[in-house]
Amino acid sequence: MPDPAVGSLLEFKDLRIEATAYPPGEPPRHLLLVDGVSVAVERGQVLGLIGESGAGKSTIGLSAMAYGRGGVRLTGGQIVLNGREIRNADAGGLRALRGREVTYVSQSAAASFNPAKRLMEQVIETSVSHGVMTKNQAGARAVDLFRQLGLPDPESFGLRYPHQVSGGQLQRAMTAMALCPRPDLVIFDEPTTALDVTTQIEVLAAIKLAIAQTGVAALYITHDLAVVAQVADHILVLRHGRKVEYGTTDQIINDPREEYTRALVSVRSIQHAEKAEAPPVLTVANVTARYRGTTFDVLKNVNLAVAPGQTLAIVGESGSGKSTLARVITGLLPAATGRITFAGRTLSGDLAGRSKDDLRELQMIYQMADTAMNPRQTVGTIIGRPLEFYFGLKGEARRKRVQDLLDQIEMGKGYIDRYPAELSGGQKQRVCIARALAAEPRLIICDEVTSALDPLVADGILKLLLNLQAEAKVAYLFITHDIATVRAIADRIAVMFKGQVVRYGPKSDVLAPPFDDYTDLLLSSVPEMRLGWLEEVIAGRKMESAGN
Amino acid sequence: MRIPLSALVGMFLTASFVFMAVFAQLLAPYPIDSAVGGVWEGPSATHWLGTDTIGRDIFSRLIYGGQITIFVALASSLLAFSTGAFLGFLAAVRGGWVDQVLSRAVDLVMAIPSLIVALVVLSVLPLNLTVLILVIGLLDSTRVFRLSRAVAVDIAVMDYVEAAKLRGERQSWVIFREILPNALTPLVAEFGLRFIFAVLFISTLSFLGLGIQPPLADWGGMVKENKDGLIYGKSAAMMPAMAIAALAISVNLVADWVLSRTSSLKGGRGA
Repeated sequence: MPDPAVGSLLEFKDLRIEATAYPPGEPPRHLLLVDGVSVAVERGQVLGLIGESGAGKSTIGLSAMAYGRGGVRLTGGQIVLNGREIRNADAGGLRALRGREVTYVSQSAAASFNPAKRLMEQVIETSVSHGVMTKNQAGARAVDLFRQLGLPDPESFGLRYPHQVSGGQLQRAMTAMALCPRPDLVIFDEPTTALDVTTQIEVLAAIKLAIAQTGVAALYITHDLAVVAQVADHILVLRHGRKVEYGTTDQIINDPREEYTRALVSVRSIQHAEKAEAPPVLTVANVTARYRGTTFDVLKNVNLAVAPGQTLAIVGESGSGKSTLARVITGLLPAATGRITFAGRTLSGDLAGRSKDDLRELQMIYQMADTAMNPRQTVGTIIGRPLEFYFGLKGEARRKRVQDLLDQIEMGKGYIDRYPAELSGGQKQRVCIARALAAEPRLIICDEVTSALDPLVADGILKLLLNLQAEAKVAYLFITHDIATVRAIADRIAVMFKGQVVRYGPKSDVLAPPFDDYTDLLLSSVPEMRLGWLEEVIAGRKMESAGN
Repeated sequence: MRIPLSALVGMFLTASFVFMAVFAQLLAPYPIDSAVGGVWEGPSATHWLGTDTIGRDIFSRLIYGGQITIFVALASSLLAFSTGAFLGFLAAVRGGWVDQVLSRAVDLVMAIPSLIVALVVLSVLPLNLTVLILVIGLLDSTRVFRLSRAVAVDIAVMDYVEAAKLRGERQSWVIFREILPNALTPLVAEFGLRFIFAVLFISTLSFLGLGIQPPLADWGGMVKENKDGLIYGKSAAMMPAMAIAALAISVNLVADWVLSRTSSLKGGRGA
């Protein structure tokens, strides 16, 4: 063993990672994923890797165990772990280090656990197979870790199968799996991204506590600066595979030096003044809905109203009925009871009974712009079809109007003949917005339109939506699980929980105390861009539960 | 875009078969149905592939036979694809009872071996090209139905299809403008395979005497006419058999290439 006192635990020196892509029907393309990145991780410290998608975060993270995903090659520089160079290690050397010195926690625990085996068996597997511990020792350590990570019934938790625990618990079980063989370094690859905010905070707190108690070093990969600020000692900001800025967490958050880092820190800082109450364009009265063939009400007695030119945000975690509400309003799922009034007309429950004007004035934008556009149609066709369908525009007139709309969404010339595959994620979502605008609607339902986008891109989309609202006086029904987005754009807010609206009113009222329990939990769970936020929230919750 | 060698070879051979079929009347050195030589002569300068059981030139008959074989196979494949794909898409988009009725009907037809159905139907109906094309086409359409329904079911749940429905688009727009372009690549690849199955099916039927009737020549029928020669070591029956194999292989080479280019539903230019 090398002397642990010498040097950093892990050091990347001028790391270079390349890959070859094989797009179908085209010649192979050479890609430079990571270019000249140098950074070190000290023992017992946490390094946060942050950047938008494609920045090379995960690629660098995985290279810490000298691994490259399908076709990815570590072509240059050095990776020094515990004093030895591992980039060119042979298979035996890699086997000894992976799962022993370096372990990995992935984004989706649900996809990573074997559903046919009990948790305990999987948690202790690497510890036993590497000969670090006997089965009994490993089992005892796993129970300790379960306790540290705040899992219920630590003694018997390991006897459950993956489907018998919640998503947040599974993510913690995976953390236990990574910590079990007493590794020197754990790679956390977006471990909380797939979780609801209220669950995210629990997992985040558990991971932070476990890191502190075991003294392990970690690479923490995420696209959310507010999250990484809670756990990391140092932060490396990446963009397009290159280092943008490296510094202590405090420096990066409070005193960012680079333009790009400043933009990341100030994301979600949109200010939007709440508009006064007005007679509604859409009212949802006493709506109850269930899916065909079931007896469970997904929506229970929902009452809402949206004023013209204003934004009603529907907030809640997954399964709260937000998207079902959108389906009921658009007519995809007829309500069991209740009434929907739109622009003074009572809307028919199902799609077939609605007039062309009903359809035109109520548009929808989807979460995944990728699947919301036909990949075989050009931007011109995608945006032009509603113009032709609703207004009979053809030929040159149609093309001109499409270009006007493209200008409106700040994309300009040169896009009209492109296919969706030739657009970036943010541009795709803009085209979807243009398609909705083309129908000249009174109301647009926005279903998690920014949650699949990088923070900076999402910010751009939100600003665009606000500008368009000011110009076109269109109302938004904005479905989201992200309170920060709600703060940025809503006029009124409805908080949904288990199919019911638990809190509803103007933004200033809903986001001001006194809170009901659920809204309180939801609001306090949204990571804030400052150090020590996590501790404050956890301390606050402990005191509350002690007080009860 | 680079085309692999195998696909180029396939395209060249397929194109030559089609060329020969189209210009059969100009290319064939001898008429289709007159004895121009001895019985079962071997290949020679005058008769490139030899002569058949009654002294007709095999090369000429192959060219004429190709015309009929390829025409019938093409026509029945087109019929199979237009009905199969349309009904498959319809079942996927409509769902519910439409899907149930169509799918169960197809199950019923597929439960009985096609050859048996074809033999029974053809022995009852008058034997002519139209009937042959209809029978083969409709039997094949069940396979196409299954494929296009499966592909379309995946596409029908896409948000862009939902967006089209919310816009108020008619069913025909959803099927032909939203679904069809995205299902085209797997269908084109399948077309190549179906076409070959049709060639083999016609050849089988002709071999059994229920396909194309004399004096018209087709490859399966030619194998049948000359099969007795095999006992005496005559190569006559091998020629049409090899033509069937060569056509099957060359079309498959092209189909394989089309299939390998299937960029699934991600789309983009071309494909």
